[in-house]
Amino acid sequence: MEFLSYLISGISLGSIYAIIALGYTMVYGIAKMLNFAHGDVIMVGGYISFCVVTYLGLPGWLSVVVAMLVCTALGILIEGLAYKPLRQAPSLAVLITAIGVSYFLQNSALLIWGASPKVYTPIVSGQIEMFGGSLKISWVTVVTVVICFIIAVGLTSFISKSRMGKAMRACSEDKGAAQLMGINVNRTISTTFAIGSALAAVAGVLLCSFSPSLMPTTGSMPGIKAFTAAVFGGIGSIPGAFLGGILLGIIESLAKAYISTQLSNAILFAVLIIVLLVRPAGLLGKYVPEKV
Amino acid sequence: MSEILKVDSINVYYGAIHAIKDVSFSVHEGEIVTLIGANGAGKSTILQTVSGLLRSKTGVVRFCDEDISHTAAYKIVEKGLAQVPEGRRIFLQMTVEENLEMGAYTQAPSGVDADLAMVYEQFPRLKERRRQIAGTLSGGEQQMLAMGRALMSHPRLLMLDEPSMGLAPILVEQIFEIIRDMHKKGTTILLVEQNAQMALSVADRAYVLETGSIILSGTGAELAASDSVRKAYLGG
Ligand SMILES: Nc1ncnc2c1ncn2[C@@H]1O[C@H](COP(=O)(O)OP(=O)(O)O)[C@@H](O)[C@H]1O
Ligand SMILES: [Mg+2]
Repeated sequence: MEFLSYLISGISLGSIYAIIALGYTMVYGIAKMLNFAHGDVIMVGGYISFCVVTYLGLPGWLSVVVAMLVCTALGILIEGLAYKPLRQAPSLAVLITAIGVSYFLQNSALLIWGASPKVYTPIVSGQIEMFGGSLKISWVTVVTVVICFIIAVGLTSFISKSRMGKAMRACSEDKGAAQLMGINVNRTISTTFAIGSALAAVAGVLLCSFSPSLMPTTGSMPGIKAFTAAVFGGIGSIPGAFLGGILLGIIESLAKAYISTQLSNAILFAVLIIVLLVRPAGLLGKYVPEKV
Repeated sequence: MSEILKVDSINVYYGAIHAIKDVSFSVHEGEIVTLIGANGAGKSTILQTVSGLLRSKTGVVRFCDEDISHTAAYKIVEKGLAQVPEGRRIFLQMTVEENLEMGAYTQAPSGVDADLAMVYEQFPRLKERRRQIAGTLSGGEQQMLAMGRALMSHPRLLMLDEPSMGLAPILVEQIFEIIRDMHKKGTTILLVEQNAQMALSVADRAYVLETGSIILSGTGAELAASDSVRKAYLGG
């Protein structure tokens, strides 16, 4: 029963990683860049939700909507101001810019909200008891897994069926050919950032509902872990982001429970290294040799 | 006949490399015009400049009497100019039908089904393979898909970049048959080829390109009969 409860908490933690990992993987798949500022958009989402509830006194669900809107705008703004001018630049320049954006967001948050942690009120509270109270599952856990599932189904059908989703796949394969079809590549990339950032806001709210202390660096570690999850599952692959995120969450939760809390991150990254040695493209990624 | 495309002294550079030097040519409504030249002469660079993927430093590209030299590539497609790029560049991980749908990206969604039917009628092989991933098609089928995909946008001018490249002789015949057929149905065509013989045989007019400059022009028959063209491009 103990194992089951660790497993469930691993799945829900992993669901959050998966939602974040989607942002990395979609942006990588379409813009071919690693948006290292993605983790910090999560933090912004958390703060926005916090402010809406605390200062405006609005209900939690509404704060999620506001956080999504603000993060969507932020994602579009970041892409337009920081990354778009670098479309033809070497990827190293883009990577360094992304790190710069990450610091910019963290320090802006420091300036606006200060260094001391804010106490976030979870959007849902309480728990369900099963098997006569021997298994307790918090509602946050249930909500997280359900939301992750809804996003998985929704996003997969969006990408495979919708006009914009198909345009995204076309851009991810060949931007020149996509333009020859009449696809506005800049708008497609911008939409990708918008979706990734809206998901980051959702992830921020869920993350803060699990660990209610909110700081300017709150997004960093989950961001890095979710990036790891994206690579683990195969960067660029949407099902890979889900699989990688959930597996990573389970590994982390079980490692914390049965091995060592301090070592859990080391174990996590060790697993990643081993997987990448065996499958360089990640679990579901396709290995595509760099074109010369 | 009105000029549908007019390219006026364009100069295109790759960094310091001056790839296209003062090139001018035109295509009239209803024509098949071909641009022939050896590998590296600059044929693809010219087509990409017309379609907006590359920019000319000086000079003007006019399409239907409108200056498109600075128009975004995706907007040029909306104006009725389609390009089948060198190497086909179909979307290998998407299905045949999805590739065709991408070709119709600029069209009203309500007309897409009718256009699919039109392309499938012209290319029955594509219909058989509509649900197949495009990367699994043979070379000839991929070329047909690339051409069908371009037709989905109802182009006024279709530019083809070496459609015969890498195909067996029998397939080359077939591709040229399709080009003639598309022309008969009213599409104006700008054809780029290394296969000068085939290209000259279908073309109304032709231009010969050498290291970035046009050195000769005339009707297809004239050029096919010209000594210098025969020596350089037709194997004597
Ligand atoms: N991306 C590029 N960067 C630098 N030089 C290029 C590039 N593409 C083509 N070139 C050069 O420009 C010239 C014309 O190339 P291209 O238009 O591809 O010729 P063609 O299509 O006639 O074979 C060649 O000398 C080629 O080496
Ligand atoms: Mg070429």
